[in-house]
Amino acid sequence: MSGDPSKMDCVEFQAQMPDLVASGEDAGAHPHLQGCARCSALLSDLTTIAEAARQLFPSVEPPDEVWEHIELALKREK
Amino acid sequence: MPDASTPIQTLHRTRADGGSESAPGTATGKSRAFAGSAAPNPADAEMLARAQAGDHHAFAHLYTLHKRRIYSLCLRMVGNVAEAEDLTQEAFLQLHRKIATFRGDSAFSTWLHRLAINVVLMQLRKKGLSLISLDEAMEPNPEEGPTRSFGAPDLTLAGAIDRLALERAIADLPAGYRLIFILHDVEGFEHNEIASMLDCSIGNSKSQLHKARLKLRDALRAENRQEARS
Repeated sequence: MSGDPSKMDCVEFQAQMPDLVASGEDAGAHPHLQGCARCSALLSDLTTIAEAARQLFPSVEPPDEVWEHIELALKREK
Repeated sequence: MPDASTPIQTLHRTRADGGSESAPGTATGKSRAFAGSAAPNPADAEMLARAQAGDHHAFAHLYTLHKRRIYSLCLRMVGNVAEAEDLTQEAFLQLHRKIATFRGDSAFSTWLHRLAINVVLMQLRKKGLSLISLDEAMEPNPEEGPTRSFGAPDLTLAGAIDRLALERAIADLPAGYRLIFILHDVEGFEHNEIASMLDCSIGNSKSQLHKARLKLRDALRAENRQEARS
């Protein structure tokens, strides 16, 4: 593996992507991406997916019956 | 961490980069206020202590505090309202049985999520999913993994993702990928919290999340290609 980030190939870059993305650093500024449209597109897509996921599945309250069932079950367990 | 039922108990993966709840170095740099991992306020801590001592009103208060997140997690994992209600009920019954064993080694919310995840995984196993333990959930078959992005030029998503298509793709993910993706990208938990919930390493959590996103990308691109043909 190359120690110089600018000389990384796609295999090396993508192997580092999980850590790079999770680090909170600006992954888009990585030197490998300056000359690699494929990895740039990959990073862009994964970022888009992660951002879109936050808009999904609004959290919802369970109906009151769930607590009623829990209380009933707890009384039975006593 | 105290026991939280069987599947997670069987998981002891490598911990090359840590994996305990106190492991450092997992900040994403993004605001994750929606994860709800902040330290509890003194009133909540007092309520927790009372619930541990058997106070029913305090337990009801804990239910009120956490019901939305636990129910939402169950619903996102199983995609069925009636089943999610049953799982929420079971998770809180388990909580009632085990709450005295909570020692405060991790945030209570993290501990409760771990317990709820175990309930969900046991349900998935009962339904006949090829899921024996979280080991297997975290290590799907190689053929279930994402494709690599080398070789031929890629078709990108061009920044536009159809919401329904993404929901379908998430529902179709293998359970382990779906779990990690929901916990991190939907629920907003950090990798150190997920590692604590799933008793895996932080590196494993990062790696599985990355694979889940790659797999979603594969599915969304396949759908885009199909639409382009029709």
